[in-house]
Parts: sequence; structure tokens; C-alpha cells
Amino acid sequence: MTALIFFLFAGIAVFCGISLVAQTHPIASALSLIGVMGSLAILYLQLGGEFIAAAQMIVYAGAIMVLFVFVIMLLNAGAEGTSLRVSAFAKYLGMFLLVAFLGLISFIIQAMLPRTEGVVFGAFKGGTTADVGMKLFTVYLLPFEVTSVLILIAILGAIVLARKEI
Amino acid sequence: MPTSVPTSWYLILSAILFGLGVAGFIFRRNIITVFMSIELMLNAVNLTFVTFSYTLKQVDGHIFSFFVMVVAAAEAAVGLAIILTVFKNRGTLMIDDVSSMKY
Repeated sequence: MTALIFFLFAGIAVFCGISLVAQTHPIASALSLIGVMGSLAILYLQLGGEFIAAAQMIVYAGAIMVLFVFVIMLLNAGAEGTSLRVSAFAKYLGMFLLVAFLGLISFIIQAMLPRTEGVVFGAFKGGTTADVGMKLFTVYLLPFEVTSVLILIAILGAIVLARKEI
Repeated sequence: MPTSVPTSWYLILSAILFGLGVAGFIFRRNIITVFMSIELMLNAVNLTFVTFSYTLKQVDGHIFSFFVMVVAAAEAAVGLAIILTVFKNRGTLMIDDVSSMKY
């Protein structure tokens, strides 16, 4: 069952990732990215990351992608033109080389890592909101506070950039 | 079909998604799509963090992943504001047309 869920959602993630790169219209790419994020949230849940799965759905698939879709619709971005100045041969050779490179990377990862037993759902219970909060507000308190300053700077930067007279 | 998958397969999935993100970053010419490819790469790295967190039975990977999400949110806000400004000034979204820093 664990393997079935992994293969299903890993397949969806890879399919949506290819779709993100291959689609010409930005809205289609944005929807593909939402598919990748949703299936990754399921995989986080399988690895015991309850909090991070919820944050993935709320922050990434919710907030960030809504921002993307808003900007795409605001700018009325259409499909990309076909002014790519490469030959068809180079295109197919590039696809083949990308697949070969990813296969090589997969082989190296598989060969380098020690043999571990398979992932079992529920084997790691330390990823609940309580555990993450305990660690976040004790060990990682300073980075957390610095992050709030970063968010403040980002808000100010976005407001300054979005003014009329730039 | 095996009944359970080793953790290295999650890392392989992460590597594949990262490679797709790099390919999109290099080959697409719409600024917004390039930006979305960067988000795909960040997601792939998050999957690696969570997988190692499972392997080592530590919660630290989840916290790094959370910080990556926060930084991605800040980056998306500022980056999309920059894209809006570029579109207002140049009237295009194709990166080939906005390759010069200044007129």
C-alpha cells in the first residue's frame, strides 16, 4: 500500500513536472506546479511530516500559487511564441541527454546510499505540529525571528516596487 | 511490485524534479515560467530534507523545509513585483527582450 501510494504520487509529480516545462501557456504551467506541490504534500505525509504537509498545501499551493495566477491574469500573459532558435535535432538530443543524466544521477544515489529498510507509514512520529513547534521555539528561535525580519523587508520591497511612479 | 520503497527512491524523485526545474529554468523564455521552475527546484530540495529527516528520525529537516517555504514566499512576493515593474516599463515578458540591464 505504501509503495502503491508512492508510485502513484511520484508518477503524478513527474508527469506534472514535465508538463510544467513542456506547456507554452503560463496558466497551464501554474496548474502543473500545483499538481506537483499537492502530490509532494502526500509524500511528506507518508514520511511522517504532518505539519510540513499542511504548510505545503497552505503556503505553497494556497498562497504562493494564487499570487502567481493573479500576476499571470493581471499581465494577461499569453502563450510563448515559437521563436526558439534551435534545430529539432538539438532539441531531441537535449531531451535524450537530460534523461540519460537523470538516470545516471539515480544510479549514483541508489549505489551510494546504504541499504535501508523500506519506508513504513507511521514509523517516524516526530513530525507533528507540537514537535516542530517545540524545536522551532527553542533551538531555532533566532533563525525564526530573523525570518520575520525577512518577511517585513519583503513586504516593504513589494510595496515600493509596485508603486505607480517607478 | 514491492510492498515498501526504500528512502533512496524518494531522493531519486527529488533529483528528477530538480533536473526538470533546471531544464525549465534554462529553456523557457517566459519570465513567469522561469520563476515557476525555481519554485519546482525549491520543492525538490524540500523533499530531500523531509526524506533525510525520516531516515535520521530527527525533526530538524522539517524545520529547514519550513524555512525554505518562508523564504520562497518572500521571494515570490518580491519577484512578482519585479516582474510587474518590468512589464510596465518594457511591455514584454520574454527574457530575450529584457536581456539588457538598462536602455
